[in-house]
Amino acid sequence: MSPLSETTFANVCEQDVCAIETRAITKIYGSGNTEVIAMRDASMQVKRSEVVALLGPSGSGKSTFLTAVGLINPPTSGQVLIGGELVLDGSVAQTNLRTFRRNHIGFVFQKSNLIPFLTAVENVQIAMELAGEPRSAARHRALELMDYLGVADRASNLPSALSGGQQQRVAVARSLANRPSVILADEPTAALDGARGRQVMDLFAKVAHEQGAGVIVVTHDHRSLDVFDTIYKMEDGLMHRAEKP
Amino acid sequence: MNLATKDIGQSLGRFVLTTLGVGMLLMVVMAMGGIYRGIIEDATLLVNVIGADLWVVQRDTRGPFAELSRVPPNLVHRALTVPGVQASREFVFHTVQRERAGKPFRMAVLGLSWPNDKGDWIPLMAGRPLRQNHFEMIADATLEFDLGEKIKLGKETYTVVGLTYNMLASGGDGIGFFTTADAQAIQFDVPGEAVRLERSSRAARGTRFELAAKQPSLLEFANKPAAELPQIARPQVSAVMISVLPGTNVQTVAEIISGWGDVSVFTREGQRELLLKGTVEKVRRQIGLFRMLLVVIAAVIMGLILYTMTLDKIHSIALLKLIGAPNSTILGMILQQALMLGALGYGIAFLVGRKLFPLFPKRVILADDDLLLLAAIVLAISILSSLMGIWKAMKVSPNEALA
Repeated sequence: MSPLSETTFANVCEQDVCAIETRAITKIYGSGNTEVIAMRDASMQVKRSEVVALLGPSGSGKSTFLTAVGLINPPTSGQVLIGGELVLDGSVAQTNLRTFRRNHIGFVFQKSNLIPFLTAVENVQIAMELAGEPRSAARHRALELMDYLGVADRASNLPSALSGGQQQRVAVARSLANRPSVILADEPTAALDGARGRQVMDLFAKVAHEQGAGVIVVTHDHRSLDVFDTIYKMEDGLMHRAEKP
Repeated sequence: MNLATKDIGQSLGRFVLTTLGVGMLLMVVMAMGGIYRGIIEDATLLVNVIGADLWVVQRDTRGPFAELSRVPPNLVHRALTVPGVQASREFVFHTVQRERAGKPFRMAVLGLSWPNDKGDWIPLMAGRPLRQNHFEMIADATLEFDLGEKIKLGKETYTVVGLTYNMLASGGDGIGFFTTADAQAIQFDVPGEAVRLERSSRAARGTRFELAAKQPSLLEFANKPAAELPQIARPQVSAVMISVLPGTNVQTVAEIISGWGDVSVFTREGQRELLLKGTVEKVRRQIGLFRMLLVVIAAVIMGLILYTMTLDKIHSIALLKLIGAPNSTILGMILQQALMLGALGYGIAFLVGRKLFPLFPKRVILADDDLLLLAAIVLAISILSSLMGIWKAMKVSPNEALA
């Protein structure tokens, strides 16, 4: 059991409305003289359909937080709950993380991170096939998602033939493929110009509100902060909620 | 969705070239096995096709295929007196090297015991067996003679009356079939001047004997041709082949003949064993070791190729893990690529080899058993060589997709 009491957070975020909840998660790299605290007692609650921005300078611990919530890099202590279910208690997994990630979390990265040997539609389709969706159904939904995100006409193109904005849209489509309760985006507009960056941010808001997913976006782009429902800031590993501009 | 074929399709040209390279390597492994089979086949060919039940050779030698063997031609008649012997034939076998069109030309000369053996057992692709005691020959196709071509060997000219195939000596030289008398004439041919000198020498030696002083008429014969002198033995043959009567125990006949003080006797199987364990043994071991080495090299090269292919898509593998792909999906992708590489490489080796091997100077025989064994080895090395790539892929953290 974590040193944090369950009752401290009880009923704060109900399962049916809460997409993500972190309870004082801390990440420490190394030990002894080489010990580095990358993130300390970071707590956050994200409701379904809520779009959260996470701001902060480089090295402040944003990506560490995102990888912890994304079940890629478990925290040293604290708890991660997704959809009200305790998934990580400290570094101890409470479920099969890879399966849980596949079924509940969608990722979008700074670079589009599409698989280069699959076409745009296959990049979306593969996420569903891995979750056990039949091929034809996966294909159908992948095309629907691409249409929803305005890139259906590029479905049969390889990622190398798509523009940065189109690649990011395909990546968003893939993140939505398995109807996740959580979407995590790490500087998704960093490689895009202002107009295209804005389009992508709007897309996240649209997805969150229409699909009911909780979205956390790590960003440096202060021009699009009006899109977000809530803003958090991180500095030197410490997280706090900030006012909207 | 098959990720293995999708990945290959993305870099098809490179995969095709890699597969061609692996195929060529496997073709060399296949050729080694085929050359080994060819050597065995060539070495035992005569023993198998001539069909003699027993081989009678010079005492304490291992027969004409292993070393020099000389037995008197009258051994043919002695052998016929043994109960159970149906037929006995002279066997003359030696190799000649001459020059033809300015190039060295080697031929194994085999004497057929005329008139009992006219070469009817020899598989012909053109022409006919021998029909006369002298000046005709049947040639293996590798000697590149034409039907009707006339060949001068020694003082005589021989006409090619038949063409055969796959009749090679253990050294790989094509065999020319002659009558025993012609084979011996080719073997013991000496220039006229040497004959004249030998006759003078014989006469001069005679004058030093007391008997010649008492009976000078004896010297009158000394410088006549050797064939006219009963004191001089006929040229010896390499061996005598014996066929036994149906129902006769070969071992019983062999035991009787082996009691003779001047000869040794081998059964067909014994002669075959001697060939395989004698002249061919070292070549067999050498090729076996070389083949094993090539298999190891093929495995290492395939391993490195698959490892490199895995490294090339390590980011994609990390990404697949990030979006929740189970290990079995990633393992399956690498293993399928390894098997495709191995299977296609094997197919290329087989198809190209079948076109190429007949052009080799020595026979390359692709035996079904060898092909199946190699297929199993390729399957095993495909799986083994994918392990390094799989190990690397399993170690990749989904974190690397974020880098």
